[in-house]
Amino acid sequence: MALGAKMVPFGGWEMPLQYPDGILKEHEANRKGCSVFDCSHMGEFLIEGDAVACGLERIVTQPLADQPVGTCRYGMALNASGGTIDDLIVYRLAPEKWMVVVNAANIAKDAAHFRAHLASGTRFEDVSDETAKIDVQGPLSRDVMAALVPGVRDLAYYTFGIFRVLGEDVIVSRTGYTGELGYEIYYPWGRTGKLWDALCADRRVHPTGLGVRDVLRIEVCYPLYGHELSEEISPLEAGLGRFVDTGKDFMGRAELLRRDREGGRRIIHFVSASRRAPRQGHAIFSAEGVVAGDVVSGTFSPALGAGVGIGFIKKEFTGAYKNIIFGDEKMRVDAQAASRPFYKTGSLRA
Amino acid sequence: MDIVEHYLYTKEHEWINIEDGVGTVGITEYAQSALGDITFVDLPHAEAEVEQFEQLTSVESVKSASDIFSPMSGRIIDVNDKLSDDPGLINRSCCDKGWIARIEISDMDESSNLLTAAEYGSYLESLDRNGDADSDE
Repeated sequence: MALGAKMVPFGGWEMPLQYPDGILKEHEANRKGCSVFDCSHMGEFLIEGDAVACGLERIVTQPLADQPVGTCRYGMALNASGGTIDDLIVYRLAPEKWMVVVNAANIAKDAAHFRAHLASGTRFEDVSDETAKIDVQGPLSRDVMAALVPGVRDLAYYTFGIFRVLGEDVIVSRTGYTGELGYEIYYPWGRTGKLWDALCADRRVHPTGLGVRDVLRIEVCYPLYGHELSEEISPLEAGLGRFVDTGKDFMGRAELLRRDREGGRRIIHFVSASRRAPRQGHAIFSAEGVVAGDVVSGTFSPALGAGVGIGFIKKEFTGAYKNIIFGDEKMRVDAQAASRPFYKTGSLRA
Repeated sequence: MDIVEHYLYTKEHEWINIEDGVGTVGITEYAQSALGDITFVDLPHAEAEVEQFEQLTSVESVKSASDIFSPMSGRIIDVNDKLSDDPGLINRSCCDKGWIARIEISDMDESSNLLTAAEYGSYLESLDRNGDADSDE
């Protein structure tokens, strides 16, 4: 608030939506420089046990038994209908020690699911309340981070290490939600002030709100739970099949595959023919003007200079949708289906 | 906050500057600040008739879309074409170069339904006091 951030309530948190420079400046800072986000709302669980014996392997769609220590894997937990309970990242801390990072709004639901389906006696701890998270993202983030913690320079994409950061031994992973080179720092709750101040003291760093985080993730077509994923939407319908290992056994697998065989809704990514942006709740129309689906995420894309949207085409509508129309009772805008991500030149794997 | 003394205002944060029966319309500093970076202006059609407090157009910012209402009734005689390529002009100069449309006013008496600069200033203070969300958001 000292920076004059616009705050919004989100899942019981007061979140910085944007700082005074505006969302376009924040976007540019991330795509060309380095931005920091306070993402302390995210949930973290610690689990101890052999992946298979403790039941974690059955909860998550990605294979875990062969996951190397020091790496992260992105996947989902599914319900019995093949819908998505949450999307999450699994950190293998040690051969039999795991951290699972989940969405803020789903912490209680996820904790109940894990507790119910982990083998009895498995050590499970919800450490969300003690764990803050600061994201450092952008093409300059490696240099910014290395100034504080030289060791992070060698971190490969989707790996992590324990590093001493301003006197605290913490997990730093090379992960993020913007499509740029970036890091997430899991920091003790209540001590992030010094970390935030140290990062922002670097003139290359721009403090950034969560409004632009949504713009950035839409530009690279990352799903946001409650939009592209939900209890009703399967990861295959959301186009996330590469994070689902159907060769292994996991909860929800049978229904997931049955729904996939029968054909369900299909995700579509599209770019507006104008600067006008699709919004969640807009309808998607076929070129003939028939309602064929709905928009789940949309924004103006500063990188493309056009509106971009993500939506689902209903099961009944088959065939390729190259040209579509989005809008509501007041407006109709032409758009074209596009390959993901919309923004293709991020520094993610730099 | 910038409030031009001789303009009239709506509670929806539009302004109108009346000169010789023609009203120039835009949005206030409060509105542009609440919207943030404006990315699209759906310019109204010249010659269209508008009614007082009915929708004149809409503007979009990165994360939202907002309706803009006409402060008075009349016929649109001019629109600010510069906003097509440079919608951010509203952010930079909302009370002057970022005007949206000019209206040939059909009923000058309607101006009594609008707020003076002083009244609008007090209205903004009351919003701050009550912590009300801006209805344009």
